Amino acid sequence: MTQEVNIPLTDLRRSQPRFSGFEAGHRACLGCGEALAARLVTESAGPDVMYANATGCLEVFTTAWPDSAWRVPWMHSLFANAAAIGAGMEAAMKAQGKSTRVIAMGGDGGTFDIGFQALSGMLERGHNVLYVCFDNEAYMNTGIQRSSSTPHAAATTTSPAGRESMGKRHMKKDIVSIVAAHHIPYAATASVAYPSDIHKKVRRALAIDGPTFLHIHTPCPLGWGHDGALTIEIARLAVQTGLFPVIELERGGVAGAMPIRKLRPVTDYLGLQSRFRHLFADSSRAKEELEHLQALADHNIELYGLRGEEKIDALDSEGADTVRRGGMRWA
Amino acid sequence: MQHALEGSQAIARAVSLCRPQVVSAYPITPQTHIVENLSKLVADGVLECELVSVESEFSAASVALGAVAAGSRAYTASSSQGILLMSEVLFNIAGLRIPLVLTCANRAVSAPLSIWNDQQDSMAVRDAGWIQLYCADNQEAIDTTIQAFRIAEQCELPVMVCVDGFTLTHTLEVLDLPDQQQVDEFLPAFSFARRLDPANPLSVGTLVSPEYFTETRQDHHQALLDATAAIVQAQSDWLAISGRDTGGLLRCEGPDDAATGILTLGSIAGTLQEAIEEQGDAAPARLITLRAFRPFPEQALRDACQGLERLIVLERALSPGAGGIVGTEVRAALGVMDNPPQIFNFAVGLGGRDVPLEIYTHLLDAIAKGRGTGFDILDLDTGKLPAETS
Repeated sequence: MTQEVNIPLTDLRRSQPRFSGFEAGHRACLGCGEALAARLVTESAGPDVMYANATGCLEVFTTAWPDSAWRVPWMHSLFANAAAIGAGMEAAMKAQGKSTRVIAMGGDGGTFDIGFQALSGMLERGHNVLYVCFDNEAYMNTGIQRSSSTPHAAATTTSPAGRESMGKRHMKKDIVSIVAAHHIPYAATASVAYPSDIHKKVRRALAIDGPTFLHIHTPCPLGWGHDGALTIEIARLAVQTGLFPVIELERGGVAGAMPIRKLRPVTDYLGLQSRFRHLFADSSRAKEELEHLQALADHNIELYGLRGEEKIDALDSEGADTVRRGGMRWA
Repeated sequence: MQHALEGSQAIARAVSLCRPQVVSAYPITPQTHIVENLSKLVADGVLECELVSVESEFSAASVALGAVAAGSRAYTASSSQGILLMSEVLFNIAGLRIPLVLTCANRAVSAPLSIWNDQQDSMAVRDAGWIQLYCADNQEAIDTTIQAFRIAEQCELPVMVCVDGFTLTHTLEVLDLPDQQQVDEFLPAFSFARRLDPANPLSVGTLVSPEYFTETRQDHHQALLDATAAIVQAQSDWLAISGRDTGGLLRCEGPDDAATGILTLGSIAGTLQEAIEEQGDAAPARLITLRAFRPFPEQALRDACQGLERLIVLERALSPGAGGIVGTEVRAALGVMDNPPQIFNFAVGLGGRDVPLEIYTHLLDAIAKGRGTGFDILDLDTGKLPAETS
């Protein structure tokens, strides 16, 4: 026997044990790191938030009209202005005396490149906005073109590997340091391989009054050339090799880093992705590139003191290699 | 109440009377005095609002857009290069049907660099989907600014109030500034039905497939056409409160039996009015001042041109390689009349070139010589520049 219960949809959503502002049924690729990261951010942020979303995959795959994956107030305006839209929303909330928080979101293209000026302006003016960058290291929405976030030596459609080239010839822009140089209260990096770390950092950022920044590394199976089932493993390897340091910065200074207890060579990470395939050719140039990338990882490890202790405590929530599937999860 | 005010100061005071909650702008000559005055009003505690001094016009328009989307009345102002830098956002604001008011202190567009007045900037974004209202003098700028907020919010369309840079923005004159009670009576508190609200989450600015895009364009076009009624209504309601007639879609002055008409927009109207009066019965003319350029008031224009034998269209911008912008649209609108006047089209006053009182007799001479039947730039001194080498 069923009993009819009449609960308003809004109340029902708020009474769920875990709020998610991001619904299933969107059109992201299998294994999309960005979709998972976006869900984790909305879960961590809760319902009293409005979102400004830059043009990109996330906007396109979540909102083909009349469908939408968002259960939070959400707006997409343009590619370059997510931070400025967020600033406007925040000014409006202030003017109206409301406590609703604002999150602006963009991909690496919308953050490192075309939206960089608006981001810098928002940070400098001290808006109470959390800016989240989902970094999949190229313009994936338009078909895998290089951005200033694409790592050195990665092949994209506009930095292809060939007889005369070993992929992208420029370094990945150090966006979190540039952002931290605005001396904002809090800037951090995170990886989609470590959900509880994302949760913790979103909550921490939203508890701060002032501009905050979260840079989340999100593999793209299509653009990076790996099986969709490997997204988490590859994201974790980026951290464990030292190529993507997971750090926290307060007022411009490094305040914390996720230690790596079991360091992995960069080839473990690079070898799983076809965008780095040319680095495994039998040539001196390929070898040189691999050495260069290992040197970059080593530099990060020294710079941020990422070398952790060997002993593994399964209940230690700080170490990068202690996050496991299944029963060991924590909220 | 009468005040001696600079145009920019008057516009800032008018904006302040409309109680904006968020003002966002980036400085550019000749718009600067408007935002400077607004900043001072905020600093002095006269205007209570969030003032966001941004790092570019692109962000100025974006902040204003975000603020309206989040449910606050917002305002911005710009000129020239600034209008072009924010042009992507201007199209976006209009497409999202965001009620926002922007003052365009009209200025020429570079290159060559000129900080002086013409109307190339607002004409360049005429297809952005905004309502565009042009002001003939600073009293109109005050009254139009106040009306613009009501029109925008009633139609859910952005309104660009165009005032000639320097000629209006930097001219001090005695102006009637309404009191707060009059404006409050005219302009209801801001309420935007599609605002972003956690209690009723909306997804705004979604991707639209070819299956729906055409219909959204039709809706937007129709909303602009329908805005003519709101523009006329706002003017008559404001007339009842303030006692001043700003003209609705256009203003028509001069004798009904005049054979010659002159159509223009912006501050040239005042010069022409005086020049025509000076000529008296020697050369009577009907002066048509276009106030609304978008929506383009086709029917009102045809009505205003009834009985004319010739119409001179005078504008402060051009479409290089084609000719007059306003002129071309006027020709199209009047082409369907039974006895349309012959149309002459001139551009004048480009990049701050002075438009003197003698303009009227110059125009009459020019059309007597057969110029302007297509499109001509008036008052050219062609020997000044080095010849083009090919």
